[in-house]
Amino acid sequence: MSDTVLSVRDLSVAFETRRGTLTAIDGVSFDIAKGEILGVVGESGAGKSVTGAAVIGLIDPPGRIAGGTITLRGERIDDLPPERMRRVRGRRIGMIFQDPLTSLDPLYRVGDQIVETIRTHTDLSQKAARARAIALLAEVGIPAPERRIDGYPHEFSGGMRQRVVIALALAAEPELIIADEPTTALDVSVQAQIITLLKRLCRDHGTAVMLVTHDMGVIAEAADRVAVMYSGRIAEIGPVADVVREPRHPYAAGLMGAIPTLTQSPGRLAQIPGSMPRLTAIPAGCAFHPRCPKVFSRCRVERPEPIPVGPSRVACHLFDAQENAA
Amino acid sequence: MNVPAGAAPYVEVENLRRVFDVSKPWLNRVIERAPRQSLKAVDGVGFTIARGETFALVGESGSGKSTVARMVVGLLEPSGGEVRITGVSMTDPKQAAARRRLRARIQMIFQDPYASMNPRWRVGRIVAEPIRAFDLIRGEAAIQARVGELLGLVGLHPDDRSKYPHAFSGGQRQRVAIARALASQAEFLVGDEPTSALDVSVQAQILNLMRDLQDRLGLTYLFISHNLAVVRHMATRIGVMYLGRVVEIGGGRELFLRPRHPYTRMLLDAVPDLGHIGRARVPVSGEIPNPIDPPPGCAFNPRCPLAAERCRREVPQLIDGVACHAVEEGRAGY
Amino acid sequence: MSASAGEAALPPPAAAPRSRLARFRDSDLWASFKRSKLAIGALAVTALLFTLAIAAPLISPQNPYDPAQLDLINSNLPPLWQAEGQAPFLWGTDDQGRDVLSAVFYGLRLSLIVGILGVLVSGALGIALGLVAGYVGGWLDTLIMRVADVQLTFPAILIALIVDGVAKAAFGGALDTNATIGLIVVSIGLSFWVQYARTVRSSVMVEKGKDYVQAARLIGLSSPVIMLRHVLPNVTGPVFVIATINLALAIITEATLSFLGTGLPETMPSLGTLIRTGNRFLFSGEWWIVAFPGLALAGLVLAINLLGDWLRDALNPKLQ
Repeated sequence: MSDTVLSVRDLSVAFETRRGTLTAIDGVSFDIAKGEILGVVGESGAGKSVTGAAVIGLIDPPGRIAGGTITLRGERIDDLPPERMRRVRGRRIGMIFQDPLTSLDPLYRVGDQIVETIRTHTDLSQKAARARAIALLAEVGIPAPERRIDGYPHEFSGGMRQRVVIALALAAEPELIIADEPTTALDVSVQAQIITLLKRLCRDHGTAVMLVTHDMGVIAEAADRVAVMYSGRIAEIGPVADVVREPRHPYAAGLMGAIPTLTQSPGRLAQIPGSMPRLTAIPAGCAFHPRCPKVFSRCRVERPEPIPVGPSRVACHLFDAQENAA
Repeated sequence: MNVPAGAAPYVEVENLRRVFDVSKPWLNRVIERAPRQSLKAVDGVGFTIARGETFALVGESGSGKSTVARMVVGLLEPSGGEVRITGVSMTDPKQAAARRRLRARIQMIFQDPYASMNPRWRVGRIVAEPIRAFDLIRGEAAIQARVGELLGLVGLHPDDRSKYPHAFSGGQRQRVAIARALASQAEFLVGDEPTSALDVSVQAQILNLMRDLQDRLGLTYLFISHNLAVVRHMATRIGVMYLGRVVEIGGGRELFLRPRHPYTRMLLDAVPDLGHIGRARVPVSGEIPNPIDPPPGCAFNPRCPLAAERCRREVPQLIDGVACHAVEEGRAGY
Repeated sequence: MSASAGEAALPPPAAAPRSRLARFRDSDLWASFKRSKLAIGALAVTALLFTLAIAAPLISPQNPYDPAQLDLINSNLPPLWQAEGQAPFLWGTDDQGRDVLSAVFYGLRLSLIVGILGVLVSGALGIALGLVAGYVGGWLDTLIMRVADVQLTFPAILIALIVDGVAKAAFGGALDTNATIGLIVVSIGLSFWVQYARTVRSSVMVEKGKDYVQAARLIGLSSPVIMLRHVLPNVTGPVFVIATINLALAIITEATLSFLGTGLPETMPSLGTLIRTGNRFLFSGEWWIVAFPGLALAGLVLAINLLGDWLRDALNPKLQ
């Protein structure tokens, strides 16, 4: 891809505990292009949030990046000193979290926070920065932004607060936005508003977005491509329509079948037995093999690497076997 | 039992109301000259549930659905109205004896399986507690046999009884919670968002388990959820709640195929769903008003595309399954 | 894992149950303890002092409470390592000819007995009141907590002095030694219940909202049963921390009372009484009569306090 903004190669994240080293992320690779929304989906413990945190350099000890590279526009950022990484964050990478209140300081007016961000990362004057902040608030759909810019976070409703956070993330015109469960704390009717907003802004500004969520419905509506994670690895990554309608990896297929939808008629849901292994007990070979309906001997010993299947990449021996036979 | 099957409904809820006092402390009220404030969490809710069916209440935060659930099982006193289960009133002091006998038949499954069990008890003791409390089985061996049977019923191993809750995953704990609910030979289970805290693949296991148990044991469910797809999957009939009131009530299929209340239609249109890949749409505007200070008239009127003068004045009554002036007046266009 | 018959969803069996000891050795508490040299040292000193206190009658050269064993000829002897020191009086003797080492062992014993009983009384009172206040709520909660607030405005030692004074005025000089100990224990209990009550109350209010309490209500259990069976076992963690720190406070309070002369009599001296009596000889050069009881008290209180501080940090995940 020519317009690659973010490129993650073979990323591993490990946590040192007194019971030994736990590998939370194990050999994850993906790219996000300009103006593209990559959905990263998985159940709790899959490592999706840790992946996001690794990209923005927010892995706190005892965690550490144990291997691989992260490049932003061709520049390596995983080995930057903390001080320089702090400047990259905010200037070149914006962040949106699940709970807007963690991103907004309750003691400051929302406008001051946006202005401060703009002035830290650009050389606009106070007045110009304020005008830009008002324009940003208008752009994210805050009514009467000239007045609301002087409000405090608690004066905004949940949905409006998340809009402010999005404005804050956009303030320095970043190339990449990491959105970690941006809609999870919101009501259904407000979720749709935020998804639509995020899609429009990403398209208008050409920002690359990494959308981390457990909600497959949000991914289906918002993302261009999706990476399905399991036990710290990517099981399948590809265009959202392919992964949702024709999942290839047995885990992705089970996951899609397990989600009740509005369109399908009620009946027994497909179900995957068991649950995601704890980090302390990740099975050998393919991490999914104890739960996999199509498991065979190779899965128990050899770890599958992602291989191209149609427009997607799938980490499953089933497809390797087919290719060998063909 | 005392009501012949098919005749009276199993659960009858009539004009149920619940007001919470959300006033500031007395001293603050005096100093700030603030008046007492009350929150009508539930305001005139009524529905019936037939034996063996699944009735779902769906709504967003502040809709009052969980408050209704807690009043139905008797964890919360209603401020007004009545709940009758198999004809026995849950509030009438004269029926206290009958209610005590009914107690064991009604159980609840809670949202957070981490918080719904005493972390210091082994699972066997947790599941056996209702058996002992209602004195259903005498003798330790017989109780242990029943606990093993219950654990098997929900897909756990009888030997799991000797473990503590923290040794289980979220889904397994929810299985234990279901086993505990069934231990008192319950026939009516109220699930308050029973799968909201679970991952989707585990949610499917629990939903399937609940359906299997219903088929096998003839259970009646009241299912509370904010997730429309889950509700569609589970419920035979559905009530949609908005700010303390039921705005629409109907059979599961009809409600999803032909939603009539503007709020139901908005909700169905808004929910992010797996079937809507890359959907572009104009999302509904506005958010849920503060329930302490709801809009006058129909609470949905500030967000409603069909709102008229009457909607801002008069609270619509539930007529033929819909509480909407526009539908009543034929202005809804369907 | 075997997908067994019928139920395709049979989950893998959860981790096997282990013995309490095995679980403790795998716990974070044990790991944190092993890492903290200070905690290990504090525990060692505490354990040593407890052992000396328990074994006092067996290891003391003399029984300091038995006037028959005292001999005025031996009075005011300096410690053994000084020129005039005499065996077997390792830490010297006081003006009665009492062996200071033995007196410290027995005093340690008394101080610990009073401290532990005081903690038990204040803990029982505070836990009971906190449990009731938190679970029942309403006016009863308001009443209990306002009384607690008022009491907090007085220093604990003042409360203990008032209780002690009132009781002494009521019973006059008719109190024997055991009754005096009981009185001091009650004084300490009444001075220190507030902290337990507040902590327990706030924990109870958190636990009360959890669904396992609702589930217990659903099967028709009465409030006292729910409180004792479900809520109480889940609020004990912070209580242990308070109890440890309060043990040090209770010992100091007893020592203070004794030092002020309202505590234990000179015929049955605790560490505080020993310090008071020894104080008189400080300027005449017999420093050992006050120094050794003082060091024992300081060591005991410091070790217990350090242990309590560590326990508080180890049990509070926010501080880690």
